[in-house]
Amino acid sequence: MSTVAAGLDRVTRVPGVRGALIASSADGLVVAEQLMDGVDGRAVAALAGSLIARLARTAHGAGLRPPVFVHLRGDDGSILAAPGADGLVLLAVVGREANVGLARLEMLAAAGRLA
Amino acid sequence: MRALEPWVEAPLQAFLAESSARLTLLMTSSGQVVAQHGFGRSLDIMTAAALGAGIVASTEELARLMGGSRFEALMHQGSRQSCMLSAFSTPRGRWIALVVFGPETSVGIVRLFFDDMVRQLASAAPREPARQTPLLAQDFEHELDASLNALLGR
Repeated sequence: MSTVAAGLDRVTRVPGVRGALIASSADGLVVAEQLMDGVDGRAVAALAGSLIARLARTAHGAGLRPPVFVHLRGDDGSILAAPGADGLVLLAVVGREANVGLARLEMLAAAGRLA
Repeated sequence: MRALEPWVEAPLQAFLAESSARLTLLMTSSGQVVAQHGFGRSLDIMTAAALGAGIVASTEELARLMGGSRFEALMHQGSRQSCMLSAFSTPRGRWIALVVFGPETSVGIVRLFFDDMVRQLASAAPREPARQTPLLAQDFEHELDASLNALLGR
């Protein structure tokens, strides 16, 4: 199994995670994905990729370092994002019941191996 | 944004708002312009429509030669702006979209909301077929001028 697939596999094994994908934040396109049925990876990659790129620009404009982890919380769940190297970002779609702390640890570890 | 047919306006307006596209041209597969956003001169519209329709016709023929199905979209990525050319089916026949966008948006965002617009156009299109009137050579220039004036808001 490739490093990318292994990283996605570890994230999606966390309870409550509905899917994980790697996207290019500049293009908003999916690079790799492991998603449950009904999760639109293309939309997540496009919208979350754009958000991460804007957050990085905002942080840069404020003289700060780019975010290492983003948690976007909604009523029914959350989008988690961990930017990696080369403009790639690891994204996860999680339900309300998800173990976000464990998902965060797995995502940061997997994002560190993205290149 | 200007459209020759009113039912095109809402889907196109939604696409423009969500995608942040700089220029958009909707045309039939023969290059007849249906709607435009961002163009200021009729010459630019005519040139872009003719080139876009020609490129799509070429790529569709290439796809046919290669034994495959039609290409869905052609992307040109530039450093300051990028361009997407895509053909799609509508109840009024096969149309072509030419979309130019900059670094303020992304390929993924443009593709995502473009697909939404195609779905909205399919549901907004009038059920009755378009009225076909014979196109006479002596009327051609007058009708072309009238369409371009409408597209440029004159």
